[in-house]
Amino acid sequence: MTDAIAGKAAAPAKRRVRRASSDRPWTFYVLAGFFAFYVIALYGPMISIYILSFQDVRGGLVFPMRGFSLHWFNELIMQTRTGDVSGSFRRSIYLAIAVTVITVVFSFMAGMAFRRRFRGDTIVFYLMIGSLVAPGLVLGIGIGLGFDMAGIPTNWFTSALGAQLSWTLPFGILIMFAVMSRLNGDWEEAARDLGASPAQTIRLVILPILAPGLIAVALFGFTLSYDEFARTLQTAGAQNTLPLEIWSMTLNVTSPALYALGTVSTVISFLIIGVSLGSIILLQRRNAARMNISE
Amino acid sequence: MGTGNGDIELAGVTKSYDGETYAVDGINLKIPDGAYCCLLGPSGCGKSTILRMIAGHEDPTHGEILIGGEDVVGLDPVQRRTAMMFQSYALFPHLSVRDNIAFALRVRGLSKTERYGKADEMMEKVHLTEFANRLPSQLSGGQQQRVALARAAITEPRVLLLDEPLSALDEHLRIRMRAELSRMQRDLGITFIHVTHTQMEAIALADTVVVMDRGEIRQAGPAREVYASPNNRYVAEFIGGQNVLSGKVGDVNGSKATLAGPTFSNIEIPLLAGTPLHSGQSLDIAIRRDDIDLLRLGGNGVPPGSTGVEGAVTGVEYQGTFVKVMMDAAGEGEFVAYVPERRFFEDTLSVGDRVLAVWQIDHAHLLA
Repeated sequence: MTDAIAGKAAAPAKRRVRRASSDRPWTFYVLAGFFAFYVIALYGPMISIYILSFQDVRGGLVFPMRGFSLHWFNELIMQTRTGDVSGSFRRSIYLAIAVTVITVVFSFMAGMAFRRRFRGDTIVFYLMIGSLVAPGLVLGIGIGLGFDMAGIPTNWFTSALGAQLSWTLPFGILIMFAVMSRLNGDWEEAARDLGASPAQTIRLVILPILAPGLIAVALFGFTLSYDEFARTLQTAGAQNTLPLEIWSMTLNVTSPALYALGTVSTVISFLIIGVSLGSIILLQRRNAARMNISE
Repeated sequence: MGTGNGDIELAGVTKSYDGETYAVDGINLKIPDGAYCCLLGPSGCGKSTILRMIAGHEDPTHGEILIGGEDVVGLDPVQRRTAMMFQSYALFPHLSVRDNIAFALRVRGLSKTERYGKADEMMEKVHLTEFANRLPSQLSGGQQQRVALARAAITEPRVLLLDEPLSALDEHLRIRMRAELSRMQRDLGITFIHVTHTQMEAIALADTVVVMDRGEIRQAGPAREVYASPNNRYVAEFIGGQNVLSGKVGDVNGSKATLAGPTFSNIEIPLLAGTPLHSGQSLDIAIRRDDIDLLRLGGNGVPPGSTGVEGAVTGVEYQGTFVKVMMDAAGEGEFVAYVPERRFFEDTLSVGDRVLAVWQIDHAHLLA
């Protein structure tokens, strides 16, 4: 949603700059040059990887390009020399979905709870921030050790799920705080005044009003989980998630299949972001459509 | 569409949030069925708390709240058959005007056709039909207010509670919506309780004005009584339109008494049956600003049957139908006369002129 707003705000600003092109101050060129450098530094290496993933069977890890084909994508799926890519991808998606659902549900409930003061609310809040700032790798090792001591085998859907939640839950709750600030207590009181039960108030008033915020929380939960590495490393157990798989491939795979994997996972990330933003825009369109009917 | 049983009685109602200070302190009040009652007072005086307790959004610490003779403390708003209109209107931003108005019917489980039928009838009544599919954010302030009113009224409540309903509107619209509220109340025939901090709003609308200060009722009565015969200094000053003079009673003899203050002496005051005055007692009196005549010094002096104070004009404000003349006549507060516009310009006064402000003795009103 912030992207859409930023885009709208940026459009007129750009036009204004273009009109005033003759008398731009020297600082404009310095900043423009710096920004260009930033974009190249940020996207250059990634784009190289995407390009190199489309080589044919003779392909290597560096430029120049050797041929053009989808060979390495095929290699990836066939799971021959490269490891269990499709399995780790499936695990990552399942894990991300579980993390998303739990994060959205608990962030919503915590956001509702934190609107009022309750006993120990400050402690809960600082514990939450603590788990957010604690080094992920250390936290992951701690959880791994904890499971070890308790005699429970670490697994991607148990210990890794918990480790990822220690990261996504505080994140989701902080977003909910911002979202909740838009929620006016009068709405709930009005619903009660009109005879709505607490469940009806949540279903018919609170959830629809908070929907864009909840989608944002879901988006964060999913993407944070999908590319989580540090906390998952020591907690995933015998079977890898996708980021762990990619990492182990960098150690022993020396073919463009690695790059093909990078391309695929980036495409999936963008797809998920696109779906989330699309659903927010769809919600806004539906409201806008109502306006058009009445006018 | 009168529903009856909308009479309200508050008996010894108190509300304390911390157990020490009282937001509402021992309120006794009766409001007859079908009345338009305004709770008037400065912010923090407890008027909104009373409203919320009648609505069932807060429970009193002590006391009883009776609606239609039945104690409703602990019942929810639907069981009380009250409806509240919020200061912010609290319209649901994601629902259209029609869905907002039909909300109460929706949670009661009415089918879509049934509830839309009733909502459409209600929209017709408050002239909202053409806005049925709009969202609240696409409406003007006045339209939003009508939606809020329609949404509250669709449940056919016996009491409608309005929390500062006009405060979000601009001056012009406020006066128009004031008339509309009055019309709605007559049409619906139910009890309205309206909380406001604007004196003119309360006086213009209410059958009963309840003036509050720090959790207590200072005066309750018909608008004219509260305006023209305030009980005490607080009410006189809060309602406005009055000059309040403080002093000590001088001589009391038979039919006459005098009052002397720091900057005036020998103001004659009326003696009323039932309120005996003693020489030397402290007393406040109120004189309506529009009961005061300004005379130039050196004329015939104070006319018979009148009394007055002398002072210099400190300011003149043109108000259209009258001119507001401020004087330094009577001690702490400023002394103000509302002079009819034509009379003022027969002999225009300017700042610094010394004048005699006179009024008929029996127009002065003794405050408790």
